[in-house]
Amino acid sequence: MVENRPITTFCSHAVLICGIAIVVFPIWITFVAASHDAVRMTQTPLPLLPGDQFFVNLKDTFIKGVGNAREQSVGLMLMNSLIMAMMIAVGKIFISLLSAFAIVYFRFPFRMGFFWMIFVTLMLPVEVRILPTFEVVANLGMLNNYWGLSIPLIASATATFMFRQVFLTVPDELLEAARIDGAGPMRFFKDILVPVSRTNIAALFVILFIYGWNQYLWPLLITTDKNMYTIVMGIKQMLEAAEESPEWHLIMMTTLLAMLPPVAVVVGMQKLFIKGLTETEK
Amino acid sequence: MLKRTHFNPSPLPYLLVTPQILITIIFFIWPASQAVFQSLLVEDAFGLKTEFVWFDNFIELFSDQIYFNSFGKTIVFSSLVAFLSLGTALILAATADRIVRGATTYRTLLIWPYAVAPVVAGTLWMFIFDPTLGIVAYMLDMMGYDWNHRLNGNQAMALIIFAASWKQISYNFLFFLAGMQAIPKSLTEAAAIDGAGPAWRFWTIIFPLLSPTTFFLLVMNIVYAFFETFGIVHAVTKGGPAGATEIMVYKVYNDGFIGLDLGGSAAQSVVLMVIVITLTVIQFRYIERKVEY
Amino acid sequence: MRKSVKAISMAMVMAALMLGIQITDSQAATEIQWWHAMGGVNGERVNKIADDFNATQKEFKVVPVYKGNYTETMTAAIAAFRAKKQPHIVQVFEVGTATMMAAKGAVYPVEQMMNDSGVKLDKSAFLPAVISYYQTPKGELLSMPFNSSTPVLWYNMDAFAKAGIKEPPKTWPEVEAASQKLLKAGFKSGFSFGWQSWVMVENFSSWHNLALGTKENGFAGLNTEFTFNNDSVKRIMGDVAKWQKSKVFDYGGRRGDSLPKFTNAECGMWLNSSAYYGGIKKQAKFKFSQTMLPFYPDIIAKPQNSIIGGATLWVLKGHPKGDYKGIAQFMNYLSSPEVQAWWHQETGYVPITTAAYELSKKQGFYEKNPGTDTAIKQLSLNTPTPNSRGLRFGNFVQIRDIINEEMEAVWNGTKDASLAMDDAVKRGNKLLRKFEKANK
Repeated sequence: MVENRPITTFCSHAVLICGIAIVVFPIWITFVAASHDAVRMTQTPLPLLPGDQFFVNLKDTFIKGVGNAREQSVGLMLMNSLIMAMMIAVGKIFISLLSAFAIVYFRFPFRMGFFWMIFVTLMLPVEVRILPTFEVVANLGMLNNYWGLSIPLIASATATFMFRQVFLTVPDELLEAARIDGAGPMRFFKDILVPVSRTNIAALFVILFIYGWNQYLWPLLITTDKNMYTIVMGIKQMLEAAEESPEWHLIMMTTLLAMLPPVAVVVGMQKLFIKGLTETEK
Repeated sequence: MLKRTHFNPSPLPYLLVTPQILITIIFFIWPASQAVFQSLLVEDAFGLKTEFVWFDNFIELFSDQIYFNSFGKTIVFSSLVAFLSLGTALILAATADRIVRGATTYRTLLIWPYAVAPVVAGTLWMFIFDPTLGIVAYMLDMMGYDWNHRLNGNQAMALIIFAASWKQISYNFLFFLAGMQAIPKSLTEAAAIDGAGPAWRFWTIIFPLLSPTTFFLLVMNIVYAFFETFGIVHAVTKGGPAGATEIMVYKVYNDGFIGLDLGGSAAQSVVLMVIVITLTVIQFRYIERKVEY
Repeated sequence: MRKSVKAISMAMVMAALMLGIQITDSQAATEIQWWHAMGGVNGERVNKIADDFNATQKEFKVVPVYKGNYTETMTAAIAAFRAKKQPHIVQVFEVGTATMMAAKGAVYPVEQMMNDSGVKLDKSAFLPAVISYYQTPKGELLSMPFNSSTPVLWYNMDAFAKAGIKEPPKTWPEVEAASQKLLKAGFKSGFSFGWQSWVMVENFSSWHNLALGTKENGFAGLNTEFTFNNDSVKRIMGDVAKWQKSKVFDYGGRRGDSLPKFTNAECGMWLNSSAYYGGIKKQAKFKFSQTMLPFYPDIIAKPQNSIIGGATLWVLKGHPKGDYKGIAQFMNYLSSPEVQAWWHQETGYVPITTAAYELSKKQGFYEKNPGTDTAIKQLSLNTPTPNSRGLRFGNFVQIRDIINEEMEAVWNGTKDASLAMDDAVKRGNKLLRKFEKANK
């Protein structure tokens, strides 16, 4: 640091701790709620300190299941979420790398047309066009399977756009050198472009994995087979308990379980994530 | 155009863009054009009787005060979310930038809300602020403040703003921190030698240098607040009370998916699409300039 | 050479496997998809009904699928129909009736379906208050009643004792008086309610024998118009708004969101569906009971009857003919006295057939659980008039939301009662015209 002022340093820590307190408070409450029993969670005031039921609830969710009527197994739901998130992340990265490569490194008719076509899909969320999209997916026979869960959500331009930005910053000398070496386009792509965008791929993976994991309305609409339900759906289903109050201790336990994988991905990959994000957008 | 050298012309690029274009056409352009077509129809829910009505749905939409209210609420909501989450993130990043010890720990603790699903985030905040059960509502009550976001529209709006901002702080924090760390230390050190205090240095040196990041984040946050907060509204208020939190994305969903007014909802989708495309173009132009620079 | 041997044997294994799958497939029971909106414990009960039915025969297998709350379930089924992937049976709440009725090409009327499948349907066995809601003007039954309830006044007996309230209130002035006593005894508020459009507008009107709209509440034609912006409805709205300020009443959200207020003894009375019986029983740590809805004695000397809520099962067209035989059998099973009596006693929904009611009586259920027959008594208090038979308005899902919105605006003081009800009628009529136009 520039200079050492104990008071400023102290204040900085204090500000950060306050910030973290705000950020962490909801998760703390989740954890606390997951560690009490059903009766305690319907009585005011609700506890601020954890109870002793955490493992009982954990066991309960695993043995009896979650979701509506508690009929789905947590493991299966987590698995479905994982497969869906992975398919979305990997699929999107793959097709985006290819199309960004084509758009940046080739000059061909309709190039800008293609680019804009992809680009307008950038931000329109699936909620806004959900019924027509559902009809398409149903007509293609993709209800109730992983393809239907993931492929329609791959249609978005964030990744293409980001790779385009990355490729634009790759020095032209690399391409010239490759051409002198007689490397073809795909060789250049595989040996040079993909390795230099490694951190960006990692960053995008984090973003897309979370995007996929967190989907709610789409899986709700296209699945009718319990074996295809995702964990986020399960939480929402438990909240909708008709004519009863929700069972908060189990909902919060499920919430904790549902949060774990994406948080693990973000925290585990934070170095790559931050580097990958900031390298392009700076 | 942007690259000076390119590969020789060949059919390869078409092959490369094919998967992306196919998916975009099938799952985006086609449904979106269906939505546009639908916006010109009056139809019963099951699609058994259809009547082409030209722009009646739009005329109705734009003569509806409630739609304009929803528009206004979206603006208020988006700007407050952007302001709150950017402001908090900026303060946190500025302090984190000064810290030597424990920086990684702080960062780790600050980034995790990014991974929480909007629906789940909404659920958490709803639980904490539940007028009867919620712990914060209870504390407010003890302090003599009557919290009931199911009755009070302003409280409901405040709640979804909190929840939406909370989720976005991490994202903004990461970008701000990275932006600050890229500013050469020599600049701030020179100012420090001249006797400028930390706050002064921040406002005169760091903040102006951060402006590209800030602008980028501003656009991203507005887009986030406009479109990605659906899950939060859905979990917390469902647009209520008395439509106080019915932002545009939620209204599209509510009128189409819940109310089964497909034509009216599609007309709103079209309006949203126009807004999205405008925002996209603005952002694109800006980023493009930055890259060329 | 060896490679090709391997390939051939692989192919043979594959073929055998596929054949095997096909054989088991043709032996398997025909699946009947039943999309429902019963969350939580009721979802478990729905599963039990399906399982029990499946155990009675081998030909058909009813598969219950939870599709979210009522609106989500209905929309999901409609979206599926548009894409030709509709379920066999879908549970639709009562306000969706007009929408379903108008969809003649999509809906297979239950009565017709039962007749076509040769399963006898005895309409006289059903309670008139329940069945009349779902009949055409000619009397044809369109959908199978499943879970029907009606709003009642729930009250906390311990709280009443503490506050010195001797008798449960019968009229709105008595509700106010009781609430004042509760407030004095330290309760946060007197009463609260949920499903407010249903309880406070729709049932308030039928209970006082007032029309909600013209054309017999929409039963007699699509060209109906709302009339619930009358002085009586405005009066109750105005009173509740006043009570909100003094905490005689405290609003706690739509649907059942305010349930914790009652189960936590924040308020002493709660107006909502009789179907909350199971939920309250599980969570309340006090003695509770239910009584009939309050009324204004100067509007009506004796209340008329309340109307039902809840849902019925609609059968959708577009499946092989054989499937409908199974559906008919299932419907028959579903409305049998044993199943209905069990469902009624477990959930608090009203028994939909006289036989189920009689069976519950015989089993001594009402003696053991006093007050649980309030709902059914209230529904059959008088012979329904055109004002109290039910309602049949198009787009009513959306209109109910509008009414909810306007009511919330009254409670939080942004609008006065009169203006809000006028606005609700105006906005509602617009949607009625839209529905009329789309379904001409």
